[in-house]
Amino acid sequence: MSEKSLNLNLRVWRQKTADAPGEFVTYKLDNVSPDSSFLEMLDLLNEQLIETGEEPVAFDHDCREGICGTCSLTINGIPHGKGRMITTCQLHMRKFEDGETITVEPFRAQPFPVMRDLVVDREPLDKIIQAGGYIEQRVGSAQDANTLPISKEIADKAMDAAACIGCGACVAACPNASAMLFTGAKMSQLNLLPQGQPERYKRAINMVESMDDNGFGNCTNIGECEAACPKGISLDFIAMMNRDYAVAKVKRFFSGAA
Amino acid sequence: MTSLGKKYVMAVSGLILVGFVIGHMIGNLQMFLHPDWINAYAYKLQNLPYGLLWVVRLVLFAAVVAHIVTAVLLVIENRRARPRGYSVDKPIQSTFASRTMRYSGVILLAFIVFHILHFTTQHVHPEFRDLYRPLEGVPTMHAAYDLLEATGKNNVHDVYSMVAIGFSAQYWYVSLFYVIAMGLLFLHLSHGISSMFQSVGLRNHVWRVRLDRAALVISIALFLGFASIPVAGLLGILPYQDMVQGAYIHTHPTP
Repeated sequence: MSEKSLNLNLRVWRQKTADAPGEFVTYKLDNVSPDSSFLEMLDLLNEQLIETGEEPVAFDHDCREGICGTCSLTINGIPHGKGRMITTCQLHMRKFEDGETITVEPFRAQPFPVMRDLVVDREPLDKIIQAGGYIEQRVGSAQDANTLPISKEIADKAMDAAACIGCGACVAACPNASAMLFTGAKMSQLNLLPQGQPERYKRAINMVESMDDNGFGNCTNIGECEAACPKGISLDFIAMMNRDYAVAKVKRFFSGAA
Repeated sequence: MTSLGKKYVMAVSGLILVGFVIGHMIGNLQMFLHPDWINAYAYKLQNLPYGLLWVVRLVLFAAVVAHIVTAVLLVIENRRARPRGYSVDKPIQSTFASRTMRYSGVILLAFIVFHILHFTTQHVHPEFRDLYRPLEGVPTMHAAYDLLEATGKNNVHDVYSMVAIGFSAQYWYVSLFYVIAMGLLFLHLSHGISSMFQSVGLRNHVWRVRLDRAALVISIALFLGFASIPVAGLLGILPYQDMVQGAYIHTHPTP
């Protein structure tokens, strides 16, 4: 572990309210430990700002162990910063150079309006879940888990999809602000399993329509989302969604519905 | 139409166009055989039974229109979804080709319009309409000679000379434009051929690698096959270069 501390120039997006224009403000922050996380570095910046009587920078954070999906930030153009499969709270300052200028921006997407500084509203992702990212289940005593056989391959794949923490990095990384990686993962984690079958095709249509209604863009299959995803969600789940939606529409057409 | 509906339209229209482009390239390579080959081939295409030529043209036109209209809708929606970009924007893993589909597509559209005016309607060189050459009866797979010779109609449009003159050194800029356009076709298809499978949900991480590689191989083959003809025309090194009609004089200005 390096003992040498870092002196940084932080170019941070400051925006007072959702309607305010916003601008970049550059701060100098000295003596940052390379062992601190990016969020701890921002905490240091805020302490410095409070001491000088300035408004601290607002940013989202919660668990600080990479599982809640609350932290965001686009750091030097990459959601959650450089490094594969990490969230911003798992990004360490040792990945930066002494004297480096670091640009910190909020996630950029029309459906994710900036609320303040680096905080964006990611509620549209919840709306997509509400449209079909669940199963309907009778309450009462649960049946024995082992009475429903699921092959290892399918269970693994469903778990890979379920690893999505809903942070929105896929939307932030996509030049079209498309939420297809998120929607594909949230749809496939259920559509792969027997418990998800009864509502499979209704789910496909409702989640895709909700995704469109919330103003997310279209996928151009470039794969930036997969690269930015802190959980390594694969483009395979977008393909699964594409297939399930196509089958759903064909079924709906031949069932005589509109 | 939903986002995915538009992606299906892009994929299916793209598939039709890729299929056409592969067939077109293979047909064009007859420029490296005796002039009878491409002239008899062109005659057969122009005289397909049941108006099939127009059926094919209409299908291709519909595919092009669908591909372009949908692409424009997608671009408009995508701009609306991301009105503000990043001040620092760094692609992580996406390819140059995948990020520039809209630009390669627009230039290819300009190329297609020029190409049709050049060799199909021949508005660029109206004199091309007067180029005729009798089939010599060299054995080809088209079997047009025996039928036409019997009816005395074997003086067919000399596509061989038309293409060779169109790409000759005096029109070096035309050949250059064709080669550049085929470079863009390579870019467009190196992403598109694999992407269409993703759009309709027929791809996973195993097939993604295979399809990406197949797309690369097909796009390189298309580039080499197509670009070889303007290059050979420009350098005057077609195998039957001496059979190019020499009396051609360009009199009409470009419209």
